[in-house]
Amino acid sequence: MNTFATAGELLAALDAGEVTSVALTEAALARARAGAELGAWLHLAEEQALTRAADVDRRRAAGEPVGALAGVPIGVKDQIVTRGIPTTAGSKMLAGWVPPYDATVVERLHAADAIVVGKLNQDEFAMGSSNERSAFGPVRNPWDPSRVPGGSSGGSAAAVAAGHVPLALGTDTGGSIRQPASFCGVVGLKPTYGRVSRYGAIAFASSLDQIGPFGRTVADVARLMGVLAGPDDHDSTALRSPVPDYLAGLGGDLAGLRVGVPEEYFVAGIDPEVEATVRAALAQLEAQGATLVPVSLPHTPYAVATYYILATAEASSNLARYDGVRFGHRTAERVSDVADLYAKSRAEGFGDEVKRRIILGTYALSSGYYDAYYLKAQKVRTLLRRDFEAAFAACDVLATPVSPVTAFRLGERVDDPLQMYLADIFTIPSSLAGNTSVSVPCGFDGAGLPVGLQLIGPPLEEGRVLRVAHAYEQATAWHRRHPGEEGA
Amino acid sequence: MEIDIRHVARLARLELDAAEAARLGAQLGQILDYVAQLDGLDTADVPPTTHVLPVATPWREDAVTARIDREEVLAAAPEHDGEAFAVPKVV
Repeated sequence: MNTFATAGELLAALDAGEVTSVALTEAALARARAGAELGAWLHLAEEQALTRAADVDRRRAAGEPVGALAGVPIGVKDQIVTRGIPTTAGSKMLAGWVPPYDATVVERLHAADAIVVGKLNQDEFAMGSSNERSAFGPVRNPWDPSRVPGGSSGGSAAAVAAGHVPLALGTDTGGSIRQPASFCGVVGLKPTYGRVSRYGAIAFASSLDQIGPFGRTVADVARLMGVLAGPDDHDSTALRSPVPDYLAGLGGDLAGLRVGVPEEYFVAGIDPEVEATVRAALAQLEAQGATLVPVSLPHTPYAVATYYILATAEASSNLARYDGVRFGHRTAERVSDVADLYAKSRAEGFGDEVKRRIILGTYALSSGYYDAYYLKAQKVRTLLRRDFEAAFAACDVLATPVSPVTAFRLGERVDDPLQMYLADIFTIPSSLAGNTSVSVPCGFDGAGLPVGLQLIGPPLEEGRVLRVAHAYEQATAWHRRHPGEEGA
Repeated sequence: MEIDIRHVARLARLELDAAEAARLGAQLGQILDYVAQLDGLDTADVPPTTHVLPVATPWREDAVTARIDREEVLAAAPEHDGEAFAVPKVV
């Protein structure tokens, strides 16, 4: 099969008996190994994957019922726990840990007969925007290996863009699916908070974390999203609303669609080539029958500050569990008491960015500062949410850039944490507001680097943003370009 | 903005060496200066957002379902005695 065949094409070939899942799984593993210099994979689960693939082939050949992704290889971000497969979240703290259970989404992949081929590299504990914060080395961008793939789900985006696998899971707290999808020229969906169970997603910021799908086409992302979404007895925040058939909902034109264009997303600081590319995509939506509506999200400039208080405060609490006692790294040094054991184990196990965020979050929650920082940020979060509610009274979706820049060079920003945070300005607001947003390829800059269009919908409108993204994708050819190909 | 980085590190149970403390302290000062822009917003009458969507706590039967095996959990611990996690002597 073609390296860049979609999951939909693979399923058709599997059903027609033209190819086996074992052959597809072996090919995916071979491509992952051959592409090892990208650094996208932390672990390949060859034995489990081939066993499952053989089982799916047998059941399919016997005419037994098979799942919605039967036999299709998929990669899983290492932030998501997998029973019997090492899971590190990109941290030395968890090096060598083999979880005793599967995340709910992994159980759902197995129930759909998808083949988990391995675990994907990421920024440590999902904290980063460039994948340079993995304890196991950076991921490189398949379009230009001197550049970052984005983060924190950089391995997921790179493995899908490079054609190792057609599908992957990532997690998104402030942009960690959409920004790498944009940098690598693939489709990535951040579901509404609560649409997908977080059980087994290693916790970073619990009021923001969401698991979501990556693919090279909108239809593939819709197909995978249908497998992931839905309530879960293991996660009380997983929403009970019925899950629509996202794949069947694709199609139709954009006539009558109102696309909001927030003025605050086209401001100084955005790369002129990114702005021109996104504006061309807006004109394309208009040409397909949509109406562009100018809207305002006035509190946008406050989003990054709000996010870095809330997310770090929640992280400082969530990461308190890494204490060198029950699992994870324990110091080999002599310790005087349990507090000393904690402090030394954590100092050795955590990387620089994780320490920085734990310290900031601890400070924001510490006695005397809680009202000034955490409570204040929660109030500004309300203002950001109201911005979106007002905008959605005037439009059906919002269309914006995903990132103010295209993929930057490795090492270029790593020493300036605040500048790195500011690059998340276009993805953070909809995370804070609990919306759903998708990144879809919308062109390339002069250096040949992908640019992503972000489509933001109100809570639980995954079907709507996917439908708009699909209509745009079908009218354009960006998703047919792949790294390393003629003319790419 | 100056913060007592040693005090915060103690609260966070993180041992920092002198160079790390100086570097993190300076970076945190910069980040807090940036965050101070929130002070310019009047939020006196704004309620805080703790959950983005109004969710009621769902109920389910209190039934025992699949459990994680104790030995499998202990196997991941840095030190254990076969029944419990082991830590250095506390008292």
